[in-house]
Amino acid sequence: MHEYSLVTALVESVEREARTRGASAVVAVRVALGRQAGVDADLLRTAFELRRAGTLCARAGLELRHVDCTWECRACGTPVAAERALCCPSCGAPARMVTGDEIVLERLELEVA
Amino acid sequence: MCEECGCGDPELVAVEMHESLLEGNAKNARHNRDHFARAGVLAVNLMGSPGSGKTALLEATARARRSLQLAAMSGDLATDRDAVRLEKAGIPARSITTGSACHLDAEMVHRALHHLPISGLDALVIENVGNLVCPAIYDLGQHVNVVALSVTEGEDKPLKYPVMFRKADLVVLTKVDLLPYLEFDLDALTDAVAKTMPAPRIIPVSARNGQGIDRWLAWLEEQKAQFVKAPVTDAGLVSADDHAHEHHRHPVQA
Repeated sequence: MHEYSLVTALVESVEREARTRGASAVVAVRVALGRQAGVDADLLRTAFELRRAGTLCARAGLELRHVDCTWECRACGTPVAAERALCCPSCGAPARMVTGDEIVLERLELEVA
Repeated sequence: MCEECGCGDPELVAVEMHESLLEGNAKNARHNRDHFARAGVLAVNLMGSPGSGKTALLEATARARRSLQLAAMSGDLATDRDAVRLEKAGIPARSITTGSACHLDAEMVHRALHHLPISGLDALVIENVGNLVCPAIYDLGQHVNVVALSVTEGEDKPLKYPVMFRKADLVVLTKVDLLPYLEFDLDALTDAVAKTMPAPRIIPVSARNGQGIDRWLAWLEEQKAQFVKAPVTDAGLVSADDHAHEHHRHPVQA
């Protein structure tokens, strides 16, 4: 379960930012989570609830913004449909993932006294 | 204090950020990559289910390798059995015992680099913890990802574990000596791999009878030629017993 180590990194980043801004508490945290990030959303929430205790995030809500997978050709940039073979319909080159593998802290809401 | 009326209630402030939660690992992976580049060594992240035949593949590689110089790190939750097997097969190996962690990360690999000389090698194989999920998301600084998939696991594994197979540069299909006893559909596997791997490549092998091991060795040579330049040996930055370099000097450890 790597979700716990990801949440540890999340809480550390959030606390660092909150302290820099002199916040007394974190109200909300938003994370962009790709459909193929290799992270289970429920496990991430559970891990966050365990890990936030005793930190500035103790009362913070975790919002997950799920990001669908999109692909394009590595060579010519043509969009590639994800349900088919992962190669370009026009030039045959391998595709690359454009979105769908992100695990990114996107937004915070802080309480500043 | 509230800026509107000065009432003393806390103010809500929104902060836009863009910070990957894997950045800490990515930084360590870049550092490892620098070590591999300086030593002129191809780094291979070998992943696969428990029992897929990762260690047996390396043992067969040791038997057939001709001039290829290899070393390995083996990640395991509780034992050093894999590293012991590899040493016995003639591959210098270092065990990474992860405790309860289900994957290797770049820091664990870096710590193991303190104990395993890598200069003069052609390839360092990092045998990950047996698991088709978690190891896929941790960059170790490797040049290539290889997934060992055994024929007894079934041909639909790539569709079930797309994250792992998306990141693979090669699937080594292991235990093909068992095919006469199974109803394994190679076309179905090829199709599943094409849907999950951008540049699909499969090498069928048998560690038991040696089938396909030559193709696997040739693939390693190809990757080394593609990714690795000559080692940096000037200024004594890399030596056999110490992988220190200018921004980071390690003590030589026993």
